[in-house]
Amino acid sequence: MTMVNLTLNGKQVSADVPDNTLLVTFIRETMGLTGTHVGCDTSQCGACVVHVDGESLKSCTMLAAGAEGASVTTIEGIADGDSLHPMQQAFHENHGLQCGFCTPGMVMSAIELVQDNPNPSETEIREGLEGNICRCTGYHNIVKSVQAGAKMMGG
Amino acid sequence: MAGKGIAGDIRTAREHDSAHKHVSGTAVYVDDIRVPDDTLVVLIGQSPHAHARITGIDLSAVAAADGVVAVLTHADIPGRNDCSPVYGDDPILAEDVVSYAGQAVFAIVAETMRAARDALPLAKIDYDPLAAVLTIEDAMRAGSWLGPSVTMESGSPDSALAGAPLHLSGRIEIGGQEHFYLEGQAALAIPGEDGDMTLHCSTQHPSEIQHKAADCLGVPNHAVTVETRRMGGAFGGKESQGSLPALLAALAARRTGRPAKTVYDRDDDFMLTGKRHDFRIDYDVGFDSEGRIQAVLFEQALRCGMSWDLSEAIAARAMCHADNAYHIPHMRVVSHRCRTHTQSNTAFRGFGGPQGMVGIERVIDQVAHHLGLDPLVVRQRNFYPHKFSAGTVKGRTPYGQVVEDCILQDIVPRLAADADYEARRAEIEAFNRTGGMIRRGIALTPVKFGISFNTTFLNQAGALVHVYSDGSVHLNHGGTEMGQGLNTKVAQIVAHEFQIDFDVVKITATNTGKVPNTSATAASSGTDLNGMAAQAAARTIKSRMREFLAEQHQCMPDSVTFANGRVRAGGAQMSFAEAVKACYLGRISLSATGFYATPKIHWDKARSCGRPFYYYAYGAAVTEVATDLLTGENRILRTDILHDVGRSLNPAIDIGQIEGGFVQGAGWLTTEELVWDEAGRLRTHAPSTYKIPACADRPPVFNVALFDDGENTEDTIHKSKAVGEPPLMLAISVLMALSHALESVGDDYPMLDAPATPERLCLAARRLGGPGIALGDK
Ligand code: FES
Ligand code: FES
Repeated sequence: MTMVNLTLNGKQVSADVPDNTLLVTFIRETMGLTGTHVGCDTSQCGACVVHVDGESLKSCTMLAAGAEGASVTTIEGIADGDSLHPMQQAFHENHGLQCGFCTPGMVMSAIELVQDNPNPSETEIREGLEGNICRCTGYHNIVKSVQAGAKMMGG
Repeated sequence: MAGKGIAGDIRTAREHDSAHKHVSGTAVYVDDIRVPDDTLVVLIGQSPHAHARITGIDLSAVAAADGVVAVLTHADIPGRNDCSPVYGDDPILAEDVVSYAGQAVFAIVAETMRAARDALPLAKIDYDPLAAVLTIEDAMRAGSWLGPSVTMESGSPDSALAGAPLHLSGRIEIGGQEHFYLEGQAALAIPGEDGDMTLHCSTQHPSEIQHKAADCLGVPNHAVTVETRRMGGAFGGKESQGSLPALLAALAARRTGRPAKTVYDRDDDFMLTGKRHDFRIDYDVGFDSEGRIQAVLFEQALRCGMSWDLSEAIAARAMCHADNAYHIPHMRVVSHRCRTHTQSNTAFRGFGGPQGMVGIERVIDQVAHHLGLDPLVVRQRNFYPHKFSAGTVKGRTPYGQVVEDCILQDIVPRLAADADYEARRAEIEAFNRTGGMIRRGIALTPVKFGISFNTTFLNQAGALVHVYSDGSVHLNHGGTEMGQGLNTKVAQIVAHEFQIDFDVVKITATNTGKVPNTSATAASSGTDLNGMAAQAAARTIKSRMREFLAEQHQCMPDSVTFANGRVRAGGAQMSFAEAVKACYLGRISLSATGFYATPKIHWDKARSCGRPFYYYAYGAAVTEVATDLLTGENRILRTDILHDVGRSLNPAIDIGQIEGGFVQGAGWLTTEELVWDEAGRLRTHAPSTYKIPACADRPPVFNVALFDDGENTEDTIHKSKAVGEPPLMLAISVLMALSHALESVGDDYPMLDAPATPERLCLAARRLGGPGIALGDK
């Protein structure tokens, strides 16, 4: 067992978990935040993307212990009270989702993409989201959402 | 009607009802449900052999392992050991014989998934391997079929073929497809009093799981309740395949008295579940010099896997789409249902229709190539007559249904013009003549897809609507939400009926305790069926309200109106909530069920004829591609789609279905390749080896439009048409465009199989004598 201490969505949390606990398991099961999804368990689908110290990361690729002391933000932690983050708002308004299972990871990846590149071209968005799989939408509205989200984020 | 109308009415682009929850991470899927701390997990022990006799099972070390609470084999099933949808041929846990690599043999019930995984290798099971039949080829040679081959015939195909001036024949092989719903199969069982069981399932078919769970537990149906709030995608893969995890969770819960959950991880999901059927289609076609097709003989062989699952109905739909949009007077389709020692193939968006359609599109394409005609011209020459065509002769399908609603003559020319098809085709051919390493191709293909379950009795649905005394509405129906927006559309329909804002209608989880004996949400018919049932329930309540208010306000019931959130009766005018309150105080029932059964349809399975479909949905796509002859690498450059959804209930949802369906279809026909090894083990069982389209694979130019003159000729819900499956087949344009790109390489027809992977394209280019070889040798 390992004691893991980290900041989760701005709150200090700690828990004693088996050494091999993945960050995604820590988030979903230990902390009960189920907005972060598991789509493949093998770091390929992007459904589990969270931010660790501001960088997007597939939380199924990292041990919880590896995030010791870090600041972790999940989909539940990006809205400002009742008002959605502009990227959440953009996915909502632009029909950037169907079953919604990929959505939290998409939104988290998209936010980082825009933070790094405030004015992404369509091609840059397409390439930037290569690590996030969506089986439902055909990506058209996802790209539209990211473009709208980038604008709203002030790009 | 004054005012600005209600919010979220029909025909508006109301966003998905759960959109807010999806973007904020608060939408609950099965694995997200808060469970008691003592909830157990179930892990399946799978067969490593494709076909073997089980000679010994020793699970004592597994049972004794840390954290393991119970181990289940077939002997632990109190009722029936079956999880099949139709024929009783899918054991939950194998008995004496295993029939595919991946089959469930035993189940570990443990405190944690970690404990279950650690215990898994401790199982000692002895197998005596048996000869396995793996491919369509093997099965056809060995005569390994699930049942007799079935023939559909119209006209006099043999004599018409013999009499036709020109002939071609060939074969196309079409690969299967993994569903890859992003949320894997999942079920949670919670035991109750009196042996009752509540199941939360990611399934398209809660009623079936209820009935199967009751059978395996040995209790009446009433003892089991199944609830489904939403699925993280399904695409047909959760029509029958959700039973196994659900039944195992129920058995574990029954055995231990504790809640239990089965959630497949991605690899297990690939290994355990059936996929889209792969097909081999042989054909002989007779035609004239204008490209008019006089007769076609098809032999469709499909790999069903180790059991029937839904293969019989899938094979029937493949036969019923062997004509696609073309009126071919003489036709025979023979269907061979191959039994193999592989996963039992199952429903997948299109349900056999796509494979049947690829067959005839290949035939048309090859005929056009032979005659040196533009395939679009050949396609148009063979279309079913337009719905308003002069004369009394309507087109009749090979299964005897008259095609009364064909609108391809409206859609195709409009699409061809909007996409500038002719000029682009000429430009592409000129480009290809310059002989470079990159070749481009373009194709326009149509879709005519039959709407209704082929199995007539499934075309029924129920709904339950309550209006509470504060005027808020509780909506429940038998359909399930998998992302397709069904709940949104049905709520729009109910909001429209009562003339209240969308948000006043509460969408609730599908539950077998509320609406019983439902059909799977499948065959694209979710809205057609459940929308009608919900409308009927709302109308029943409305007419009770009308009668009461008419009496109270001294007017005729028919004169009581509901509009823009207001109700008018005689001289009185009130809000919907006030009207409801008055009715409640007047002791009027404000709860009703609604029911719908699709009219006009019938199907004679033995003779493969009848009117299986209430109507057809139409559409067409133009796709342009480029491929590198040397590497086979390929891209979609542009796609234009014009698709008919009748009068759209929600244009945003409909367009989303079209885009998503097209991209999924393009994946099936290009990058998604399933590979089994000689031992029958699936080797592509993770996204590392199985490639579904990613964001950059979406066509960079992607113009999708709804056919705005669309209107269902039949009396469907607000004259709309189903949209779930048909758009997948628009992607056949991708395969045909790739074939067109290769046509420039040599004189022969490319005979491109699907999926058209880089390897296949590369090999086809070499076969045609392309410049790839010369350059590659340098
Ligand atoms: S679950 Fe982490 S990338 Fe798929
Ligand atoms: S919306 Fe279903 S996977 Fe993206």
